[in-house]
Amino acid sequence: MSEGGILQVVNVCKAFGGVQALSNVSINAEEGEIFGIIGPNGSGKTTLINCITGFIKMDSGRVLYRTKDITNRAPDHIANLGITRTFQIMRPYYSLPAYKNLIIPLFSPRARRTGGWRGGGKLGDRGAVSIDILEEIGFERDSFVPYKLASSLPTGYLKRLELARCLALRPEIILCDEVFSGLSMSEIASMVPLIERLQMSGITLIMVEHRLRELFSVANRVMVLNFGQKLVEGNPEEVMKDERVKEAYLGSEKVLDYTFR
Amino acid sequence: MDQKDRRRERIDRGIKVRTEGIYAIASWQEVIYLLLPRLILIVGLLILPLVMPSLYWKRVISIVSIYALLALGFDFLSNFVGLVSLGGAFFIGVGGYIAALLNNSLGLPPVLTIPLATFGGAALCTLLLLPALPLRGVYFAIVTLMYPLVLARIIEALNLFGGTDGIVGVASFASKWTEQYFIIVVAIVALFGLRRLVNEDIGLVFRGVKDNDQAIRASGLSITLYKSIAVFIASALGSLGGAYFVHLYMVAGISLFALDYSIIPIAAAVIGGGGTLVGPLLGCFILVPISELLRAFGTLRIVFYALILMMFIMFRSEGIMVYAQRKYHQFQRWVKV
Repeated sequence: MSEGGILQVVNVCKAFGGVQALSNVSINAEEGEIFGIIGPNGSGKTTLINCITGFIKMDSGRVLYRTKDITNRAPDHIANLGITRTFQIMRPYYSLPAYKNLIIPLFSPRARRTGGWRGGGKLGDRGAVSIDILEEIGFERDSFVPYKLASSLPTGYLKRLELARCLALRPEIILCDEVFSGLSMSEIASMVPLIERLQMSGITLIMVEHRLRELFSVANRVMVLNFGQKLVEGNPEEVMKDERVKEAYLGSEKVLDYTFR
Repeated sequence: MDQKDRRRERIDRGIKVRTEGIYAIASWQEVIYLLLPRLILIVGLLILPLVMPSLYWKRVISIVSIYALLALGFDFLSNFVGLVSLGGAFFIGVGGYIAALLNNSLGLPPVLTIPLATFGGAALCTLLLLPALPLRGVYFAIVTLMYPLVLARIIEALNLFGGTDGIVGVASFASKWTEQYFIIVVAIVALFGLRRLVNEDIGLVFRGVKDNDQAIRASGLSITLYKSIAVFIASALGSLGGAYFVHLYMVAGISLFALDYSIIPIAAAVIGGGGTLVGPLLGCFILVPISELLRAFGTLRIVFYALILMMFIMFRSEGIMVYAQRKYHQFQRWVKV
């Protein structure tokens, strides 16, 4: 790869037993862009994220972060480099209040190193920093919401909490695994500006999404996966005109009509 | 009012602000409200040896304190880190043998052997448990249960460290008062230290490991590192208890690996209320003396003991302290539905 984006994924292969979940998938994400990954169910989108972030060991292929090889490193090592992820099925610490959920990532080596006192260094109070982050991500500071147990928060807030956990690590790259799914239209409408704001602050986002319309409104480039293989890659309009993509989405033109309506 | 038309409503007292652990103190009454239970516990434990009638019962208090250390470690590991540990006997045995060996072969006094055995034993236990750390729940419990059994058999079969006779002639403490109060003060310090720890930032990481270990990794923290720190803390408490035990009885044998040290802390946690830390400690102060009192029944002792345990589990399964804290911190009233 000559261009050398911030995150390069080269020919990743992963098989679960006899199922080839990913075969020779490559990504080259440029710094500061929003890179969308779409595809039908079971096409390997989440597996790809798991491979990049080290949660699953890939069979072959390489992952380069700023030309540094991070293939199959431990997840916490990768997170400490600034490559963070959200989980599709939210994984908050249910027994802790929302703001204490963020104290945990703020305790990580990366946050302590890069954050200075804002990240909860020697002088900083991690509790105060985490309330700041929560406010940034859409929790009302003066309400009771940040102090509520994560187990009592609704889905919308939990999705935000997932993003907040990434932000606490002062990330370079966030891999979002379906942050829009399970949200109501109004919740999504309030999430989109948030994503745009993250991009403006210089963070590279790689978004796996089923909500195509919302994704296309923010994404710079989109890749389509099907049965673990890359179908097409390009800007959203090009991708959606591609015949193979229409076919992959059950040959259904309804989906596509809906998308651009 | 008919039973069906009403339900019980529980309201936190006003002193409790927003979330657990943050209090707004505005008057002396509220200071006393917070301090009183803690003072009763501390003063109560400190005067306990003074009111005990005989040397026998003073010994019982020392043994109870050892169990209390184990129970604290168990509660910490199981309810705050998510590792169910049956390793009480393992920690006691390792700490006890290290202290006895240091005392017997090198002639070190208890002032040195106890700290050395505490930290050396904790390091050894953590190292041996390192391969088991990725395990969770009952699987980790089984591994921790196997270690004391294996070590006891190895010592027996290879005739190590005096074999079945054990190491006799371990030095005792300088005075009866240090012997008595050392372990009680250690138990109090361990209790309040752990309570502080689990609400510190690192304690939140421990609780995060219990809740969701994948999210811990996604947060850039190593699960193995934090689990081993937690195991180190718990096994340090156990090893300290073991080291104290050998100096108390002036002998170290394979009975240090007895299953009691693994089981009684669990029973104490059930009775006292898991997840409160103070509950398991009080549970030990209830359970162990009861077991001593029941000696009057001879062989039937275990039957009555089991009955008492079953009663607790059936009628107060949440544990004494969970119940007591709820009563103390919350109003309760009936409201019409």
